[in-house]
Amino acid sequence: MRTGFIQHWLGKQAASGAGIAQFIAVLFFALFGLALSMFLAVSFGAKDLSLSTVWTAIIHYNPELTAHQIIHELRLPRVLAAAVIGAAFAVAGALMQGVTRNPLADAGILGVNAGATFMIVLCFAFFPNLPYSALMLLSFMGAVLSALLIFLLGSSPGGLTPLRLTVAGAVVAALLHSLSSGIAIYYELSQDLAFWYAGGVAGVKWHHLELLAPIILIAIAASIALGRSVSIIAMGEEVAVNLGVKTKRIRVLGMAAALVLAGVSVSAVGSIGFVGLVIPHIARKLVGVDYRLIIPVSALLGAVLLVLADLAARMVNPPKELAIGVMVALVGVPFFLYLAHRERRNL
Amino acid sequence: MEYTLDRRRRAMTVGAILMLIAAGIVILSLNTGSIRLSPMTVIQTFIGKGSPDDTMVLFEFRLPRILVTLLAGIGLGISGAILQGLSKNSLADPGILGIHAGASFGLILFVTFFHSMNSMSSLLIPFFTFAGGTAAALLIVWLAYDRHQGFLPVRLLLIGIAVSAGFSAISLFLSLSLDEQTYAFTARWLIGSVWGRDWIHVYTLLPWIAFIVPYVLLQSKSLNAFSLGDELAAGIGTPVRRQRLLLLACAVALSCASVAMSGGIGFIGLVAPHIARRLVGPMHQHFLIIAGLVGLVILVAADTIGRSIFQPNAIPAGVVVAAVGAPYFLYLLRRTK
Repeated sequence: MRTGFIQHWLGKQAASGAGIAQFIAVLFFALFGLALSMFLAVSFGAKDLSLSTVWTAIIHYNPELTAHQIIHELRLPRVLAAAVIGAAFAVAGALMQGVTRNPLADAGILGVNAGATFMIVLCFAFFPNLPYSALMLLSFMGAVLSALLIFLLGSSPGGLTPLRLTVAGAVVAALLHSLSSGIAIYYELSQDLAFWYAGGVAGVKWHHLELLAPIILIAIAASIALGRSVSIIAMGEEVAVNLGVKTKRIRVLGMAAALVLAGVSVSAVGSIGFVGLVIPHIARKLVGVDYRLIIPVSALLGAVLLVLADLAARMVNPPKELAIGVMVALVGVPFFLYLAHRERRNL
Repeated sequence: MEYTLDRRRRAMTVGAILMLIAAGIVILSLNTGSIRLSPMTVIQTFIGKGSPDDTMVLFEFRLPRILVTLLAGIGLGISGAILQGLSKNSLADPGILGIHAGASFGLILFVTFFHSMNSMSSLLIPFFTFAGGTAAALLIVWLAYDRHQGFLPVRLLLIGIAVSAGFSAISLFLSLSLDEQTYAFTARWLIGSVWGRDWIHVYTLLPWIAFIVPYVLLQSKSLNAFSLGDELAAGIGTPVRRQRLLLLACAVALSCASVAMSGGIGFIGLVAPHIARRLVGPMHQHFLIIAGLVGLVILVAADTIGRSIFQPNAIPAGVVVAAVGAPYFLYLLRRTK
């Protein structure tokens, strides 16, 4: 009776005209917002360029004009990277929140980013000349290792409650961060690595993007494909089992996708927390509880958030640039406190 | 009665052993580093028979640093013990709860205003870190305290983690506008490198420890009462509200003054009380001072290990402590229900 109801309801909501219409409207607005913020981000910066210059630089690229060069070589890759990586962190957060049924899950808070960063620090210390593709792979492995560590340590006879997972994640993150700093100091790498701690998209070039973007897009597509099962898992273990969802397999797949997204992103821009925390909650407010809808909306909104955060980081105190991670944290921390306060009855 | 006496005797023995261990480590740590002082030289220098060079190295360079480390270790250990007693939460630690993040915010404000760390103005550093730590503590209490349920253990940690992330973000924001040298200093400070190495730093830290620790020891009865629960504590005549605030202020002051001179070292406040409880039991009149001594031993050992094993670039004591303390925390977390 109960499962039938939920199945009915899930199918109904996704199929109902009103739900779909709202989803399409949200999608449309998010796309529009993304396009607008990307245009703004390309045109403003240390040197302001008019929107028409941006447009012609994209349509008819002329390598002899400085403005076109700035746009093509500096602004465009970094804005695209901010968008792609914002989407990746947001989707990773949504997946983690879904499969762990933890409203406070996020790649930064759960220590996954710290694992990836730790691996990158190790690479810088011992194999300084690795190509970017190897760095990306190792960063992903770091994410996997720290996630395994957290799940192993966070689980206990009492079960893996959201709070326990979050606390274990935070302490693993503190540990890995501390070890990373120690290695960085010992091998005198602090200068090279400051960028990875705070996060920054300024260093992303086209050749990074060529490698990064396809992986992230495929992982996001896979996440959307998992969406239906994830939304059922998010309703509870029993419901999911009753509905015939292979919970274990979906959990592993979902976490794997999230780890790919987070690990690959960290290898390019360093650790940026809170995107994956804030965005899925906003998406849920907008389109409901169906992860098939939450994931694409999260991707778009995450892209908008990071593009704007990058723009803000450049605009606050030009020509100096602030760390993009700081800009996001300034929004994300109050939100986290608010969530922790609101969820306290359930935690 | 006999039981109490027995406990007291045990606490004294344990305390004496810990002091001996600390003395051993100090002698070892004097015998490492770029200028080594052998135990014999140290003793000779102390009784005034050393060469002028040794005297200068010992009294001007090594001794102040060791004293700062000892005092900071005591402060951190006792601060963690108070916090664990007040919140009835065996996972409480000033670092994890975000008090250190508040303190580091205060430190960065200080560097932004004064630029220099070694002049007389360094006497003011603990006040800045204390103000930052208090801000963080108030925020945590405000967000985590529930009128009906008190401090729910894991929620307290969660709020602490969030507050800590917030203050770190603001600190990072401010620290990026510092000049390169100050930035390098704050970066090292943040991960817990014992930097206080002049007599002025000893004088800065000493009054905080020397006044607050005895006061807290006098209050160990109320801490015992708190561990019975608020209602019972009120029942046996403890002014619960006022005492809680006062003791919380003491804990914050101790940890903030300590980290002001020793850098943001976490996990000592977590580990030291646990070890102390194992050694002498939960009565605060014995347990507090032992927690302080265990903290002292840990910090001196971590500082020595960081400096002597990892040559030529010393690793901050905070990293060594975290490498041991964080796994211990995870172990405790796994065991708690």
